[in-house]
Amino acid sequence: MRLLFAFAFGLLFGCGILISGMGNPAKVLNFFDVAGTWDPSLAFVMGGALLVTAIGYRLIFRMQQPLLAQAFALPTNQDLDTRLVGGSAIFGIGWGLSGFCPGGLVPVLGIGLMEPLLTFAAIIAGMLAARWAISTRYRSDTAQA
Amino acid sequence: MTEFTPLLSFGGGVLIGLAAVALMAVHGRIAGINGIVSGFLTTQLNQDWAWRAAFLAGMVASPLIFLGLSGQLPEISIPSSPLLLVVGGFLTGVGTTFGSGCTSGHGVCGMSRLSGRSIVATMTFMMTAAITVYLTRHVFGG
Repeated sequence: MRLLFAFAFGLLFGCGILISGMGNPAKVLNFFDVAGTWDPSLAFVMGGALLVTAIGYRLIFRMQQPLLAQAFALPTNQDLDTRLVGGSAIFGIGWGLSGFCPGGLVPVLGIGLMEPLLTFAAIIAGMLAARWAISTRYRSDTAQA
Repeated sequence: MTEFTPLLSFGGGVLIGLAAVALMAVHGRIAGINGIVSGFLTTQLNQDWAWRAAFLAGMVASPLIFLGLSGQLPEISIPSSPLLLVVGGFLTGVGTTFGSGCTSGHGVCGMSRLSGRSIVATMTFMMTAAITVYLTRHVFGG
């Protein structure tokens, strides 16, 4: 039952991505190309999504717990550190090069083109490399402490 | 050039928001796609892994719904070369892991909760993406 719901929500999320144009790298790159072939459409994606989540989350968080889980899993970290800013800056550079963000890319995988698969493989390689870098640094930090 | 589609884009954004709200209401989870993919890449195939797998399967199946409703596949055009896709993808994987989120996690789910981290992260990656596009298209791409 939980899995059926998760599948349906993924389906809905993916349809939203495809309808909105977030899955189309040409549209994403044109959104950022203010000095060239600017297409401001994607600002409306963020607007529509934020409108719904800003209201929806407020209503949901009045509930004691989620319908099919023990508790709401929310991030607790509030530090504005170099890791957050540096990582986000690197992500932006990658996004600007490919035109694919992770959420835009996954639904496009289902169309079966080669380039999205290639990009997804590269994202996974980057994730694993970063995880490895973080875990080795953590280990050396604790060894010193 | 791509066509300006404010209504379709707004409608798609509303669906993305609804999916994020529904995932929180039922599973109590943030709809951050980077985090969901990252949690999917594990050797522990437990319940926590299963909902991620189901959510991702739904996302990958979504072009079928799009095809069924509109009679055609969504338009995807990829201006970047394979080399740029690989470099860009790798940087995206590294950056979202260090920065703990992407456009959906920080941009939608985090900003709507008024998380300071998410607002800073979103402003940062939007800015560097715009600078990158400016440099590749108007300075080096010329």
